[in-house]
Amino acid sequence: MIVLERRPAPSTAWQGLSPVLAVALTLVAGGLMFAALGNDPFAALRAIFWDPLFGEFAFFFRGQLLIKAAPLILIAVGLALGFRAGVWNIGAEGQYIVGALAGAAAGLAFYPADSRLILPMMIAAGAAGGIAWAMIPALLRVRFGTNEILVSLMLVYVAENLLASAAVGWLRNPDAVGFPGSRDLSRWGSSANPELIAGTGAHWGVAAALFAVVAAHVLLTRHITGFHIRLTGAAPRAAAFAGVNGGRLIVFCFAVSGGLAGMAGLFEVTGPAGQISIDFASGYGFTAIIVAFLGRLHPIGILLAGLLMALTYVGGDNAATSLGLPVAAISAFQGMLLFFLLAVDVLTHFRLRWRPRGVAA
Amino acid sequence: MLLSIEGLTKRYPGVVANDDVSFQIAAGSLHALLGENGAGKSTLVKAVYGLVRPDEGRMLLDGEPYAPDDPRAARAAGVTMVFQHFSLFDALTVAENVGLGMTERVRQRDLSERIRTVSRDYGLPLDPDARVGDLSAGERQRVEIVRCLLQDPRLLIMDEPTSVLTPQEAQILFATLRKLSAHGTAVLYISHKLDEIRALCSRATILRGGRLVDECDPRTTSSRELAERMVGGTLATPQLRKRDVGATALAVDVLDQPPASPFGVALRAVSFEVRAGEVLGVGGVAGNGQDELLSILSGEVRSRIGCVRLGDRDVSRLGPTARRTLGLSTAPEERLGHAAAPDMTLTENTIVTGARRMGLVRGGLIDWKRAAIAAAGVIRSFDVRTSGPHAAARSLSGGNLQKFVVGREIAQKPDVFAVNQPTWGVDAAAAAAIRQALVDLAAQGTAVVVISQDLDELLEVSDRFVALNEGRLSDPVPTAELTVERIGLMLGGAAGGPMPEAAVA
Repeated sequence: MIVLERRPAPSTAWQGLSPVLAVALTLVAGGLMFAALGNDPFAALRAIFWDPLFGEFAFFFRGQLLIKAAPLILIAVGLALGFRAGVWNIGAEGQYIVGALAGAAAGLAFYPADSRLILPMMIAAGAAGGIAWAMIPALLRVRFGTNEILVSLMLVYVAENLLASAAVGWLRNPDAVGFPGSRDLSRWGSSANPELIAGTGAHWGVAAALFAVVAAHVLLTRHITGFHIRLTGAAPRAAAFAGVNGGRLIVFCFAVSGGLAGMAGLFEVTGPAGQISIDFASGYGFTAIIVAFLGRLHPIGILLAGLLMALTYVGGDNAATSLGLPVAAISAFQGMLLFFLLAVDVLTHFRLRWRPRGVAA
Repeated sequence: MLLSIEGLTKRYPGVVANDDVSFQIAAGSLHALLGENGAGKSTLVKAVYGLVRPDEGRMLLDGEPYAPDDPRAARAAGVTMVFQHFSLFDALTVAENVGLGMTERVRQRDLSERIRTVSRDYGLPLDPDARVGDLSAGERQRVEIVRCLLQDPRLLIMDEPTSVLTPQEAQILFATLRKLSAHGTAVLYISHKLDEIRALCSRATILRGGRLVDECDPRTTSSRELAERMVGGTLATPQLRKRDVGATALAVDVLDQPPASPFGVALRAVSFEVRAGEVLGVGGVAGNGQDELLSILSGEVRSRIGCVRLGDRDVSRLGPTARRTLGLSTAPEERLGHAAAPDMTLTENTIVTGARRMGLVRGGLIDWKRAAIAAAGVIRSFDVRTSGPHAAARSLSGGNLQKFVVGREIAQKPDVFAVNQPTWGVDAAAAAAIRQALVDLAAQGTAVVVISQDLDELLEVSDRFVALNEGRLSDPVPTAELTVERIGLMLGGAAGGPMPEAAVA
């Protein structure tokens, strides 16, 4: 009988190794799944992981990589702060949408003015929108003890309806007769969030994501607030004993994650997406949860995980078009990654032991 | 001989819990099993009760080979056990709880009758129809004992049975155990309270580090000798220093503080003062408001204005950080998870309470170098056995972690220090060191509040004694004037005035 035995201290080796092992297991299981679907598993994995970086059309995919990775990293860094403290914001997707709506609305209120202040103002409004949306579950939790997982998750669906009403109603482009969707923000000079370095896909969101990674890393390793976040996650009663104000910490975590998600939405709507449309929500807020855990809730890890996840997105698109793989198979493949990561995670805290049957400890 | 244990050995990864242990228990004897935490007592009795299978050695019951596969087999052979922690359902009656633990099916009415008979025969007052949730800890223990007695055991194992009892309840238990012994049931009695073993048992087996180090008759051996054999060295009793008692450092006056959690105890009437340089001992049986008292001192629970005064400052509405800054330090009972974060390093755990007073945080940024130095300082001055400041709190033994937790607070030179159960589950050597540290702290002018269930400890370190019972605090009594009897009555809630003897039973 194989039994799990608790390690005296978490294994540092496994903390680093488990994402690698999880990726390896995902490759094997994913390959088997692709084979079962009737595709050559090696060709599929090559289309996902190799071609976007080094293939014939890599010049196109490489730009896509940062475009996809930036919002994932930006959102995941914020979520990870909360997750570290045991504060579960599952509704980043909603905060992302509301951030984009608030930012776009704030900008469009000045249309067609020409000012360099408009984009920064929109970014602030996007963050504010995300924070406002995140405050609903945060304050309900602090004031009434509601479950923030459920409230934040359900607010995603409210936000999606807000998005639809904006796209066909209050933010619709008045000049586009009959078509849903807002004005093209990426083409309006004052609001455009352009590619900063040609061919890389790097827009302001990429810069913000990098900044967020560094800031979060400093916060967690050097600042007393970051310490309190880790302490609350590791031992809530010890945190209360240390004098951490639990309610304030919840509000802080939701504000940071909501604000970053809102900013990610704003960068998306002013750049790659260009406009508020019914299908603007693309699931970044949910995928970021996977990215946060894949990156071990560690800012640097999230940076790498975000790039890897973006690669599976871009490569998945490539595989879907070039090999005709079903989109659902790509999603399942990404799901496997989280599944294996959480499963392998057990090895950080436990070791496997073989014990003859029938002996109790 | 009822039970012979021959060469019993049990190894766990990295530790030999029992190493070639051999001894015998005579039928009808009251046999003590002594040892510090980690000496191997639990593993040994678990082997006897069928919870652990030994790697080597054998056991003989009445001369027949005895190797129980599980507790059921042990019970069938006449071996039962009362654990330190009860496994009872609060919502069920005594009879229902007893019925759940029985292998055979018995009608509830017959069972109630049998419970009455057994409790009468052995002097264990117990109402079979009472709900367990309404019972005191002592009564709950009686339920467990009666449950065992119904099976007509030949050997009853009791693990630290008096840790939850008042002295009077303990006396009732001892009377029962003597009766059992007279009826021919042997009792294997695990404890580290030497006085009660000397009063009760006729034979003692002492374990240290998994090995049997001595067997003796505890009635003719002094407590000190027993303790030294247990520890394997000489024991230091705290050196009481002459202390100058100064001005009132802490004044608490709490009326009707509702419990913070649904399972907590309300503090109904708790008022006391502690002066600089004085140790106030707060005695009481667990669950009478000790945790609640500590949390209104630490600031984890705020109280009404005027309830907690530090010097001439009202700190009732302040949180833990502000109180610490003003000089009020505390150490809660639960070391892992409350006083310290298990998975964090000792350096990080130093920051938990030392951030301000040790100057480890400046402008919001943590000075890790200073924190590591501060942690190393605590480790050195309080002789914490660990690999260093980078070790996880979880990796320390109970005694060493407690030394660290107490040392961390003392190193901050508080004006008032309140500690709950400073030596609970701590080995004798560490306990002696911690008590000495508390006494020394008072000698330096700190007002110290020691909340403990260990009366010997309180008598040893405190100048004045108060008892906490159902959220009410008795009037203080100078420790020098105390007798065990008086303490027992105070713990039972009959505080202060003259006590009629009848109030005891």
